[in-house]
Amino acid sequence: MQHGKYRFIVGFLVAPLALYAVFVISPFVQTFYYSFTNWTGISPEFDYVGFDNFEFLWKDDLFREAFFNNLVLLIGLPVFTVLLALLFAFLLNVGGTGAGVRGITGNGFYKLAFFMPQVLSVPVIAVIWSVIFSPESEGLANSFLGWLGLGPYDWLASPDMALYCVLWVLVWGSVGFYLVLFNAAMSSVPRDIFEAAFIDGASRLSTFVRVTMPLLWDTIQTSWVYLAILALDAYALVFVMTIGPGGPDNSTQVMALRIAQEGFQNGKAGYASAMGVVLFFLTLIIAAVLLRATRRERIEY
Amino acid sequence: MATQRRTGGDISVTAASHIVLVIWSFIVIVPFAWALVASTKTTREIFGDPWSLPADPQWQNFESAWDNNVGEYLLNSVIVVSGGVVLTMLLGSMVAYVLARYPFPGNRFIFYLFASGMMFPVFLALVPLFFVVKSLGMLSTYHGLILVYTAYSLPFTVFFMHAFFRTLPTSVAEAAVIDGASHSNVFFWVMLPMAKPGLLSIAIFNILGQWNQFVLPQFLSPDKPLLTQAVASLLSNQRYRADWGTVFAFLAIAMIPVIVAYLAFYRQVQSGLTSGTLK
Repeated sequence: MQHGKYRFIVGFLVAPLALYAVFVISPFVQTFYYSFTNWTGISPEFDYVGFDNFEFLWKDDLFREAFFNNLVLLIGLPVFTVLLALLFAFLLNVGGTGAGVRGITGNGFYKLAFFMPQVLSVPVIAVIWSVIFSPESEGLANSFLGWLGLGPYDWLASPDMALYCVLWVLVWGSVGFYLVLFNAAMSSVPRDIFEAAFIDGASRLSTFVRVTMPLLWDTIQTSWVYLAILALDAYALVFVMTIGPGGPDNSTQVMALRIAQEGFQNGKAGYASAMGVVLFFLTLIIAAVLLRATRRERIEY
Repeated sequence: MATQRRTGGDISVTAASHIVLVIWSFIVIVPFAWALVASTKTTREIFGDPWSLPADPQWQNFESAWDNNVGEYLLNSVIVVSGGVVLTMLLGSMVAYVLARYPFPGNRFIFYLFASGMMFPVFLALVPLFFVVKSLGMLSTYHGLILVYTAYSLPFTVFFMHAFFRTLPTSVAEAAVIDGASHSNVFFWVMLPMAKPGLLSIAIFNILGQWNQFVLPQFLSPDKPLLTQAVASLLSNQRYRADWGTVFAFLAIAMIPVIVAYLAFYRQVQSGLTSGTLK
């Protein structure tokens, strides 16, 4: 059998590797190559321009604006999503009544409901929310806040609010997924640990902060990285939901949208590739920093 | 612990928990429910009286969505996703199996080559990808999209199935080899059936991921739009035509199959989507 082993290995790897090389690896490598050219994407000719694209990028106000908008999402999305998901997971697991600590009734229903946005496509969600956020006082969001005596607001039509509307929809869509994730991790923690903390007189809140959080640290760390990468993207939501897209007044510009606009509409494929390279290193840096900063002792139970 | 009884404090904590959880349930469900109800309303009702039910259900909204080719987009999506998921699962588990079970020089390198693909968003290489697909003459074709979807689903599928194949016992496969089965027969007739639970969760992950894919078809299939593209262009088209009943009927047609499938299989969907992240 041994002599057939390598033929088998090669036979199984060759087609997938070829596919992966053509459609994934080569475009990524080409991004680096084109970032040093003035390629338009239309004509087959282009020149090597050294670091010109990167110098230009450094002074590009629009890209800087997009960068800072991504930064707002990068901070806001993980913070709000993880906090809300942790809170809900905690309530589901120890909010119940009875002897000791137990889960709340209706646990299954809540998980079913909260997770729903995760299965629908971003365009569907974006269309629904952009209608909910319509600026007329009869819009769904405005009419609801009207009962509470607030608004009406301009939502996506307001340069000050639009980015936060995008952030809200991202958080709204993500909480359910991380709730289910945290809930699964929490359920695998032996109940005795909660009970012991309880009998020792710890309140529910301090149980949460001192016992639950450290046990979930690995899961939270992974979530943080995933959410950060999601926040660096945000292309589909911004593209469908915002005015322009990217408006009003570029208040919802994000880096991914800049790449699409420069590369496909403005005929600056070389320049768009330079943006791709910047984004590549940003992703690497963020993942490395997050994994380092959140590293802790692993807890066995 | 017979001495522990329900206390007033306990009950109020539970009540407060329910209130918080019910509020968030509303925040999640109301937008979808509202969109579904709006699909049977007139434009005037949708904006004039957003919280009411339709005076007279406007089923013709669905007819007019159908006249706007929603059936064709749906079919395009079904064809691309079926092809994409089957090919992804086949190629992905082949790679994962070889990497998990056969030590050879370069094994780790190939594994990391695939695994690192999980980290970088696709739009980062979008411009060159467009020209690769264009030069192969595969823009706006089913097979082009199927191949691209498969290529971009491989990192995750390989990573997950790799971990799964490692958990399977080796004894069955060794027995089959002693009986004279070839390497590929062992894979197809012994290992794949044993890997069914893993294949199922990762297939669910890929079905949803590819069904909801928007960035790839938007750039690679401009002349043969999929459902997500059609939905995404609803706002820009309808802003001029202002027929919101049709817009919501269109949305409802896009949403209902996914919601029905989710309600029917939600345990598998939840564990399928989250198990991948946990590994």
